[in-house]
Amino acid sequence: MRAVITVIGKDMVGILAKVSTTCAEANANVIEVTQSVIQEFFAMVMLVDLSGMDIEIDELRERLSANVQGMEIHVMHEDIFNSMHRI
Amino acid sequence: MHNLSDIMETIKMIQEENLDIRTTTMGISLLDCADTDIDRSCEKVYNKITTRAKDLVAVGESIEKKYGIPIINKRISVTPIAILAGVSGGDPVKYAHALERAAQTVGVNFIGGYSALVQKGFSPGDRELIESIPRALAETDHVCSSVNIGSTKGGINMDAVAKMGPIVRACAELTKDRQCIGAAKLVVFCNAVEDNPFMAGAFHGTGEPDVVIHVGVSGPGVVRAALKKAPDDADLTQIAEIIKKTAFKITRMGQMVGTEASEMLGVPFGIVDLSLAPTPAIGDSVAHILEAIGLEEVGGYGTTAALAMLNDAVKKGGVMASSSVGGLSGAFIPVSEDAGMIAAARSGSLTLEKLEAMTAVCSVGLDMIVIPGDTHEDIISAMIADEAAIGMVNQKTTAVRVIPAIGLKEGEELDFGGLLGYGPVMPINRRSPSKMIGRGGKIPAPIHSLKN
Repeated sequence: MRAVITVIGKDMVGILAKVSTTCAEANANVIEVTQSVIQEFFAMVMLVDLSGMDIEIDELRERLSANVQGMEIHVMHEDIFNSMHRI
Repeated sequence: MHNLSDIMETIKMIQEENLDIRTTTMGISLLDCADTDIDRSCEKVYNKITTRAKDLVAVGESIEKKYGIPIINKRISVTPIAILAGVSGGDPVKYAHALERAAQTVGVNFIGGYSALVQKGFSPGDRELIESIPRALAETDHVCSSVNIGSTKGGINMDAVAKMGPIVRACAELTKDRQCIGAAKLVVFCNAVEDNPFMAGAFHGTGEPDVVIHVGVSGPGVVRAALKKAPDDADLTQIAEIIKKTAFKITRMGQMVGTEASEMLGVPFGIVDLSLAPTPAIGDSVAHILEAIGLEEVGGYGTTAALAMLNDAVKKGGVMASSSVGGLSGAFIPVSEDAGMIAAARSGSLTLEKLEAMTAVCSVGLDMIVIPGDTHEDIISAMIADEAAIGMVNQKTTAVRVIPAIGLKEGEELDFGGLLGYGPVMPINRRSPSKMIGRGGKIPAPIHSLKN
């Protein structure tokens, strides 16, 4: 299964590193990343493959929130976006 | 890769605009629990529900975690209990207690089906069940009740209508120390549907499979947010188009959750109910959608037209998004459960007469309306008759769920808490319908019921 991780908030050093480290530690494979900074505002969308992950998606969500503080983070199953935006 | 704006739209819908799955409802047939001994029958009912629905709440919660979508309610609907009561005889309230115990064991929010279908007359068990409704609802917390008193095919059973006025009142009286909550758990229907996942009117029809899973989606906040982004000079065709597209997206999510739940539970998937169901939370109001379309306050002229368009556009968007649509599928207008409706009722903009007109163009009927505690029983019966007539003639479901506020006068308020909300006592027309209600008998089915 694949999930979409989004991270939004004020830009600072090391956000991408922290997110990808957390994913790597959980054995979640990063497939694609788009990231942009507009006027100190950081927005990132990351597509990850969770099929090899050794923890639950809920746990990944908690770890990300703990490791990357002060940012708005969402981890959502890819199927939601497929069902809503593709026919 | 997904489009960034699509991703952000979905996240915003869930985080800020209260998009959620309102309910996953498991329908369970109790026909194989019928027994001539009522205690044995109740035992079978309890066992079947707790066996078939034992994973319902856990599966719901695991889907919530997996997808990050809130599923607000997990519910159960069962075969109308009057059928079982007809076989077993005895005090039907025993069944209500069995349902309550089962609901508590499996951890669902509500269990519906303490019901009787009497549109053409009473069969064994029906009268006993109807008379026991006030006690059943006062003695339980999770059990919901409904009675179908009319249909387009069968006409309106006015004997049943006359009976239901006093029953609604008695429900409120027996729970007057608890905000008259009993009456909030009873719905009187015309053209009741057999696969409705929403409470208090859910029951599992006899034409349904043994066990089935239905999903009710919600999202008035999402529709309103989409409309607020529309330019002020957008015409109503464009507004309808925006509603349609938004309804499509909401329903796709419901379809996905329903399919997933049905696979995980090993139970066939029933229907997605497309209804826009409001909650008292800010930003989750159907009334506010109507106001976003361009009304100063809901209840004013234009309300019925705006609601008709909303209701139709929701269906059109939803139908394409789901493989099987059913239930009530429309916009709900429960007064106490909708922040905008409550405000309009308080200000006097929204009256019972306007609400009655609105029920002709949307689902479902006079819903969650607080009426004065001293309202005569015949007036409640006559309200039910009027709503049933609208449903019968328009070939749609209509319902009455009014709460007589025992001991309260116009302007005072009841507060049920939670999703049921709060609302002011609304003024009513007190001219007496007693002679008509006292006549009893039937209002014959309309000519257009003869379609064959």
